[in-house]
Amino acid sequence: MIADFDYQFFLEVLTGGLLSGVMYSLVAIGFVLIYKTSGVLNFAQGALLLFAALTFVSLVERGMPFALALAVTFAVMVALGIGIERAVLRPLTNKPPITLFMATLGLSYIIEGAAQLIWGTQVHGLELGIEDVPLEVGGVLVSQFDIFAAAVAAAMVLLLSLFFRYTRIGLSFRAVADDQFAALAVGLRLPLIWAGVWAAAGLVALVAGLLWGARLGVQFSLSLVVLKALPVLVLGGFDSILGAIVGGLLIGASEKLAEVYIGDYFGGGIESWFAYVVALVFLLIRPSGLFGQKLVERV
Amino acid sequence: MSAITTDLSATELSKGANLSSWLAPLIVVAFAYIVVPLIGGSYLFEAILLPFLALSLAGVGLNILTGYAGQVSLGSAAFMAAGAFAAYNFNLRVEGLPLVASIVLSGIVAAAIGIVFGLPSLRLRGFYLAVSTLAAQFFVQWALTKFSWFSNDSASGVIDAPKLCIAGFEFDGAVGRYLFALTVVVILTFLAYRLVSSQTGRNFIAIRDNEIAARIIGIPVLRTKLLAFAISSFIIGVAGVIWAFAYLRTVEPAGFDLDRSFQILFIIIIGGLASIRGAFLGAALIVVFPLALSRLGNFLLGDVFDSGVLDMSQRIVLGALIILFLILEPDGLVALWDRVRRRLLLAWQSS
Repeated sequence: MIADFDYQFFLEVLTGGLLSGVMYSLVAIGFVLIYKTSGVLNFAQGALLLFAALTFVSLVERGMPFALALAVTFAVMVALGIGIERAVLRPLTNKPPITLFMATLGLSYIIEGAAQLIWGTQVHGLELGIEDVPLEVGGVLVSQFDIFAAAVAAAMVLLLSLFFRYTRIGLSFRAVADDQFAALAVGLRLPLIWAGVWAAAGLVALVAGLLWGARLGVQFSLSLVVLKALPVLVLGGFDSILGAIVGGLLIGASEKLAEVYIGDYFGGGIESWFAYVVALVFLLIRPSGLFGQKLVERV
Repeated sequence: MSAITTDLSATELSKGANLSSWLAPLIVVAFAYIVVPLIGGSYLFEAILLPFLALSLAGVGLNILTGYAGQVSLGSAAFMAAGAFAAYNFNLRVEGLPLVASIVLSGIVAAAIGIVFGLPSLRLRGFYLAVSTLAAQFFVQWALTKFSWFSNDSASGVIDAPKLCIAGFEFDGAVGRYLFALTVVVILTFLAYRLVSSQTGRNFIAIRDNEIAARIIGIPVLRTKLLAFAISSFIIGVAGVIWAFAYLRTVEPAGFDLDRSFQILFIIIIGGLASIRGAFLGAALIVVFPLALSRLGNFLLGDVFDSGVLDMSQRIVLGALIILFLILEPDGLVALWDRVRRRLLLAWQSS
């Protein structure tokens, strides 16, 4: 058994898994941004992603140049993010986190419905100009598109961390994430910051939406990638960008390996739940995820 | 918290609270048994009352877990599916098993699955737990589709309900199935009501409000949480049986998808968390509202509305409704109902 273990094939599956894990991380980062600063688990992130991709594709199909469509979609996403903060989250300030979560659940229904009501329900193809052809890197076949996606994700994470580390507004984001009351006390304007965070989440949704849209086609099921991101979040911790990335890689790799090597024992198709089981088993050992903040509770 | 406040205000208002708290449900049940079958048409039973009863019961079940014990679950539809398919298989494979027995057994199967997927609740809270309940949703749906044994090797995983026959009496036709569903719902709702006003129910509430404090006053937290998962899944499982056997008659695993789980969650949010009545009010709204909206759409715009547009509009309005309730009436329809009743009562007393 061990003797005829195909090392090459294993590596290929592993790389494929890691790269698809990057795609999960992309979605998960949008969650982390909002959760870190406002304590809301934004279930509507998937719907935002769908909305961004659908808007972009529809604009391009109506003859708008690529760059302009990108700018317009970005503006729409920022406006949407700010609108959500104003209309939904501000009236719910100081409500328990689970109430906020349910509000974003309702929000995802609204955005999904609106996106398809405005742009129609048919499937759109999305061409980013990167071909999905296999490329040989160090003897392992890797999809060119996957590498591109990974590069985009890396660039985005780098940008976000630079932004958080070196800009004034990034500093205030971190202050709010750390302690809302203290941030308020030193004069930071919370509503402004939250609006900024939602706008940033809109940007992440746009990037993730374009990459996922190019992969799967732009359609309703795009909003379901949120279900792929949730186990990543659970594994990595809801409030850690690093966790979202490591979690994404772990989930992506183990999912692919499991599908290839043990999937047959279960009759295949296990990827709908396998990620959740991995996350659960892991959580039983570390209840706040890999990099999540430890909760200290008082009575 | 909401349940306690509404209970108190009800007692303050009417001195004979004990009597009236028993009288109102009795009147409703009597009405449902005697008057409704006489006046209702088959549309009322098939399209409104049967789904209403099944979803109400599922709402009662989820409310025990989420409203009372404070553990959010996003996997309710999985337990409905488990109940429905378990009852189908008990009925099919065990010769001569009475229907009542297969319903109870299917509830027990759902409860067992509930306990397994409730195990993470021993270590996880809040969002981590809510996400982990999604595992139940995906796993159960996958297993039912994947292994055709569950659906007796039917090609598409569809199962057909058996005849509803209890002690030689056959419940057939829309009215018969309605009475069958009503009976099951009344019995389980009564038991659920007794449960939440018992010591166990108080333990659930204590854990919801402050887990550490609950542990300190001597409540066995872990056991109580698992008990909440078991009881809740039992009720939701039986609700699944009603959904499959009395309402749709043929079901497939895809009918118990994540949207159904959210629907049940919406029912208890809109109706009111930690309230038995809330599940019924919420289910009534969730069932009647899309029908009313499509009627209204057809009436106002005629054929301009195609079904896709209607579907999307329903999603939007439903989502907006959830958010509006969370913002304006966080305690749900129950709170609204009580306030209106109190106003009317005051107006009546002062006149």
